[in-house]
Amino acid sequence: MRKQPSAAAGPRAKALGLGIGGIILFFLIWEATPRLGLVSDRYLPPASEVLVRLGQYLTEAAFWKDVADTMTSWALGLAIATVAAIIVGLIIGSSRFLRRATHTTIEFLRPIPSVALIPLAVLIFGTSIESTLLLVVYASFWQVLLQLLYGIADVDAVANDTAKSYGLGRLARVRYVIWPTALPYLMTGLRLAAAVALILAITAELIIGTPGLGKQIALTQSGGAISSMYALVLATGMIGVLINLAARILEKRVLSWHPSVRGEVVL
Amino acid sequence: MSPLKRVAYFFGLPILLIVLWWALSFGSTNFFVPKPIELAQTLWTTWIGDRFVEDVLPSLGRLAVGLFFAIGLGIVLGLLIGSTRWLRNLLEPLLEFFRAIPPPVLVPLLMLLIGVNDSMKVAVIISGSIWPVLLNTVEGVRAVDSVLNDSCRSFGIRGFARIRYFVLPAVTPQIMAGVRQSLSIGLILMVISEMFASSSGLGFTIVQFQRNFAIPEMWSGIVVLGLIGLGLAIIFQFVERRVLHWYHGLKEITHDS
Repeated sequence: MRKQPSAAAGPRAKALGLGIGGIILFFLIWEATPRLGLVSDRYLPPASEVLVRLGQYLTEAAFWKDVADTMTSWALGLAIATVAAIIVGLIIGSSRFLRRATHTTIEFLRPIPSVALIPLAVLIFGTSIESTLLLVVYASFWQVLLQLLYGIADVDAVANDTAKSYGLGRLARVRYVIWPTALPYLMTGLRLAAAVALILAITAELIIGTPGLGKQIALTQSGGAISSMYALVLATGMIGVLINLAARILEKRVLSWHPSVRGEVVL
Repeated sequence: MSPLKRVAYFFGLPILLIVLWWALSFGSTNFFVPKPIELAQTLWTTWIGDRFVEDVLPSLGRLAVGLFFAIGLGIVLGLLIGSTRWLRNLLEPLLEFFRAIPPPVLVPLLMLLIGVNDSMKVAVIISGSIWPVLLNTVEGVRAVDSVLNDSCRSFGIRGFARIRYFVLPAVTPQIMAGVRQSLSIGLILMVISEMFASSSGLGFTIVQFQRNFAIPEMWSGIVVLGLIGLGLAIIFQFVERRVLHWYHGLKEITHDS
């Protein structure tokens, strides 16, 4: 992303205003569609009804319990996947032989859609939180690992050789040469993985029925509590926005020393 | 590298893993883990024939239609929103919100609005996989080179020609990055829409196997999904090389100099 030359406060505020306007406009259209009878309110309740329901949810302990369940599987899965990917990535990345030898295997395993593992998860773990974790970890592991491997491949050969000739050992080189180079890539991977992990956490709850927001959505849908279902969908969207924001802030913090924030690698 | 060595690198680890799997499962009677040969046989008998025509092809068809519309709409809307400043400002927060909604929750929602049928499944795929393409296109259009932009303007290139010869090529790398994400989301949604509400299709069949404890068949289904994912990745790489060969070439040159 490139920053525009520091815009005056005027246009900025205007853009913000328009953005808020867009959201209001969206809710107005949503409100009007069932009210005018374009879509039956049995399928699409008016926005006001859903927002009121969402407000009620925010005061219910059961709702926060579901949020906590979802966020626990998200955080735990993401943490396991990230740590595993960093360890595996540093090991594979530090040797040319391993990089070449694992290439096909990684390219084969990576595109397997994690939802393919749903039956397996059900079979082994049933509807406990481990099922969710299996899917979340599998999906987010590849995101982090791949970006990290790109990052390690990007290490400047001259810098590495210089470090070598100054007598830095393998570990010291990992710490002072490879790690700083790969960190921006790692953060990109982490940001992508954070979003994917939420998708998979909700999916597992929706399909398998492990406790969390996804399960509630399935329950409200089959129980015909339509405005509750829409309210929960809005809630998942808000969690998604918060996660994206947090990931971006973290990225900026961690990479504040970096001359440019890099984009995703296109390969 | 000699060709022999290259082949060894390519097949070495996969063969090693399969041999390991074979050796470990040789004497085992573990119900959950099929033996490699057994799995290969099941793969053949289960998926070749009727089931391929009745379950796999329709699933793939829905995926193709869904992705086609998601990518097409994403690019067109992205170009439109990206090149109109007020529209971009108006819609950007809203689009960010839509992207942040985990796409699988749209399955029960669209089931209500459309009903359980093919168009619902296609709608699920479109509504989930359009966002990466759309937002990347918007972002790309915004970040076009301002010098090139001014040059275009002073040469009087505008309208369709401007889009075709300036904006679209400039944005293609970003679009392709978005498409790559869209493909995997689309595949996930294809499976989920069939697992949640369906009586046919790949996702439904795999869950059915699992419920009946047909373990080798279930594993073979997972392998089929993996192969589809791999196929998509290969097609994508092929298309990307064609579409972006100039871009990779350019990057190599700037890296060298």
